[in-house]
Amino acid sequence: MHPSPQHLVVVGGGMVAHRLVEALRDRDAAGAWRVTVLAEEPRRPYDRVALTSWFSGRSADELQLGDPALWDDPLVTLRRDDRVVAIDRDARTVTTARGRVERYDHLVLATGSSAWVPPIEGADTPGVFVYRTLDDVAALRGYVEELQAQGRTVRGAVLGGGLLGLEAAGALQALGARTTVLQVGTHLMSAQVDLGGGEALRRLVNDLGVAVRLHASTTRIRPHRRGGVGRLDLADGGRVDADVVVVAAGVRPRDELARAAGLPVGERGGVVVDGTCLTADLAVSAVGEVACIDGACLGLVAPGYAMAEVTVDRLLGGAAVFPGADTATKLKLAGVDVASFGDAFATTPGALEVVWADPVGGVYKKLVVSDDARTLLGGVLVGDVSAYASLRPMLGRPLPGDPGAYLLPAGGAPDVELPDDASVCSCNNVTAGTIRAAVTEHGCTDVGAVKACTRAGTSCGSCLPLVKTLVGTELTRLGVTVSSALCEHVALSRAQLYDAVRVSGVTSFTEVMARFGTDAAGRGCDICKPVVASILATTAPAHVLEGERAALQDTNDHVMANLQKDGSYSVVPRIPGGEVTPEGLVAIGQVAQDFGLYTKITGGQRIDLFGARIDQLPAIWRRLVDAGFESGHAYGKSLRTVKSCVGSTWCRFGVQDSVALAVMLELRYRGLRSPHKLKLGVSGCARECAEARGKDVGVIATDKGWNLYVGGNGGFTPRHARLLAEDLDTETLVRTIDRFLLYYVRTADRLQRTAPWVDEVEGGIDGVRAVVLEDALGIAADLDAQMAQHVEQYEDEWRATLDDPEKLRRFASFVNAPDVPDPSLAYVPERGQARPATPEERAAAERGEPVLVAGSTLEVRS
Amino acid sequence: MSVLDETVGAAAPPAGWVPVCRLDDLAPERGAAALVAGEQVAVFRLLDGTVLAVQHRDPFSGAHVLARGIVGTRRLDDGSLTPTVASPMYKQAFDLRTGRCLDPAGKEPVAGGPDLRAWPVRVVNGLVLVGVGA
Repeated sequence: MHPSPQHLVVVGGGMVAHRLVEALRDRDAAGAWRVTVLAEEPRRPYDRVALTSWFSGRSADELQLGDPALWDDPLVTLRRDDRVVAIDRDARTVTTARGRVERYDHLVLATGSSAWVPPIEGADTPGVFVYRTLDDVAALRGYVEELQAQGRTVRGAVLGGGLLGLEAAGALQALGARTTVLQVGTHLMSAQVDLGGGEALRRLVNDLGVAVRLHASTTRIRPHRRGGVGRLDLADGGRVDADVVVVAAGVRPRDELARAAGLPVGERGGVVVDGTCLTADLAVSAVGEVACIDGACLGLVAPGYAMAEVTVDRLLGGAAVFPGADTATKLKLAGVDVASFGDAFATTPGALEVVWADPVGGVYKKLVVSDDARTLLGGVLVGDVSAYASLRPMLGRPLPGDPGAYLLPAGGAPDVELPDDASVCSCNNVTAGTIRAAVTEHGCTDVGAVKACTRAGTSCGSCLPLVKTLVGTELTRLGVTVSSALCEHVALSRAQLYDAVRVSGVTSFTEVMARFGTDAAGRGCDICKPVVASILATTAPAHVLEGERAALQDTNDHVMANLQKDGSYSVVPRIPGGEVTPEGLVAIGQVAQDFGLYTKITGGQRIDLFGARIDQLPAIWRRLVDAGFESGHAYGKSLRTVKSCVGSTWCRFGVQDSVALAVMLELRYRGLRSPHKLKLGVSGCARECAEARGKDVGVIATDKGWNLYVGGNGGFTPRHARLLAEDLDTETLVRTIDRFLLYYVRTADRLQRTAPWVDEVEGGIDGVRAVVLEDALGIAADLDAQMAQHVEQYEDEWRATLDDPEKLRRFASFVNAPDVPDPSLAYVPERGQARPATPEERAAAERGEPVLVAGSTLEVRS
Repeated sequence: MSVLDETVGAAAPPAGWVPVCRLDDLAPERGAAALVAGEQVAVFRLLDGTVLAVQHRDPFSGAHVLARGIVGTRRLDDGSLTPTVASPMYKQAFDLRTGRCLDPAGKEPVAGGPDLRAWPVRVVNGLVLVGVGA
């Protein structure tokens, strides 16, 4: 570390401040600067752009930006909930509301904007909100939910039909409020979209159930006689009833500190900076929405990030200059796709507009090109923004071919070879060349690695389709076929093989290898054999040990128990939904005691019995089956458990019977073989005691039914499940889970859990929703029939094994001495139970030292 | 390598060969553990009836589990096809004919070398014999 680092003070703790600190710590390897961030909000910087998604199930934690370890860096200090109240430029200090004084060598103003509330009478009435911070959004949500709890149908009004207003309307709608957007001007999103686009947009917004009033200027907000907001009066004499109002009329830069410190501000506010983001005071910079650069404040995150990078570069002695604003925008509202970029209003002299409109389909697309119809100057896309990712980087460049071709419905657009300097991810300023280099020079072989290496697509994610294409093209060019081949024996991916097997109707490994194998003489391996076994388990259900299938199983599936480190196995009887009778518990305990098994409660609400020898498994299971238990499939890539809370039958807070649903789901999906293990959870209310959102499929009860979340897991990369559908009745819920599970079973890679599968499957979570809820692929009936067959043909594989002497021969310890236990097993007592002896304990016992080591019949309960 | 030899009588196994089980006792493309002269041996039956034997102890875990591995084949660098077993513990692949470890899967043996001891096998009149002579 540098002996005496200089002190950088950042005023404001938003997204741009975060980027600045991140970039500084990234580049300042010598530690020339230490940085203090003084933030007004009580939390770490978060993804304000994604605020709206907080309504659709993302938690506040998921809005976190970047690697939280940044804030543990010894050169970084973050002071939250402590607003700066004064700057003393002569003394080079800032003073905070709590009276802290920080001396700076350089100061960066990143105070952002505040929501602007027009001077309307009644704007301070309770129930009037702005839409800017997590606290604003949380307060809005709380207010609406409180009204709903009183049994009222909530009517919402949004003042402002711009980007933010539409997102706020979407959020209100998601909360169940009937919403009207009041736009002062002629059309929605008038800053980004032309009249034609605005009209198409209005129809799409109407389709969401949101009403739109144009030319609607609010003159007064009137209270309801019960308190709170009640009604809006409009300038044209009209009225709109509203119980909650969101003001989204624009933002104003938070330049009050700079003004008080005597720094020049722009005509419409904002701290005036030059192309290096310096203010008139060379020890003070301003970045983000508070900065007035080239005469304007920019209310988007991408230019803010660019300013942060410029500032860091300058602090470290570089010569970077603000490259000009990329004002491309994309609306983040489910069901309404809008994108605008470049010269969307064709203000360039001689510019031509190429328009394609489909009012029935709600699509409006316009490209603005230069007078020779060759250079792309800008565009507006409403209803179908599939061309956005590939068009935006072409801004200012000649378009190959007829511009009209880019506007045709999906699939018509020609392939575009992007120049290396074309910006692909404008949030993080990553060019096509950087992405290519990540593949060619840094050895990245998939999108995930490229994201980690370049940060492309890690903020808003809108460029990910393009990143994926670029990575794919580059890998092909390198001759690295991103091989999706399973192994040397099968050149297909698991998903391809699944389809091939399903369509061809083959039912044995030998047939699969003959039809789809690479080598006529090959007999598979530990990769392709279990995959084929898993595929056949759902395409042609049969017992795991039936005929040739027995040779395909991993030892766990082969002996239907879980191999442990010393070669013994563990046994887990199924306890559906974690519900067990006292008699059942006693029976399991008795088996554990009689066979000397180590007993532990699992995370999935059941009991694991360890230390069973292979030759003991049939006897153990005879006892368990006689006591009414069946295989828990803890050994299989298959359904494990459906965890539940106690639910409405006992719990004071439960709103639905989560245990009954969990038991039903566990019995429905038991034994379903899948690409990886599957875990489900059911919570009886929003308190979520079953931790269902940490499961592949999580169900959470609501007053109206069930919310369904998919794609969660614990493990190495914990993920919260994402909302797939809301307020389903039980029948629809089960049908939706049926289809989700089988769609996953059919199309996931080997050992790919649902979280990465949802990320990578065609269309992501929206694509999954389209397939399982709207039958976009026309396979729903097929999936339903396949699940019906699974449920119909299920049998307990342990009971079936016990009934078949031929299958039981596999459990002999030694083929020539079936009753002799493995002499190498050795156990020692610990906390009243047996555990495998360590190598040191074994060695000590062999030397005759007094260490209690016994074979697998160790008696520990003396 | 096993030799199918119908001429030797089952009643008197040749010296140095220990009868372990009948060929029918072994499932195709699976292994079984056997105790041969005090050692744990993993005996594998291939699809064509060939029987091969290697040590049952897995060098990478120290557990006696190799007979429970998945049997397959692998194309070696010289183009030949060899039968293999994958350890059920940490998935190392071994050449069943020689016991050679073909892929340590990024791990080190707990003690000794990575390769397996291999035993000669003969199948005589449907009886599987493991060679223990010098």
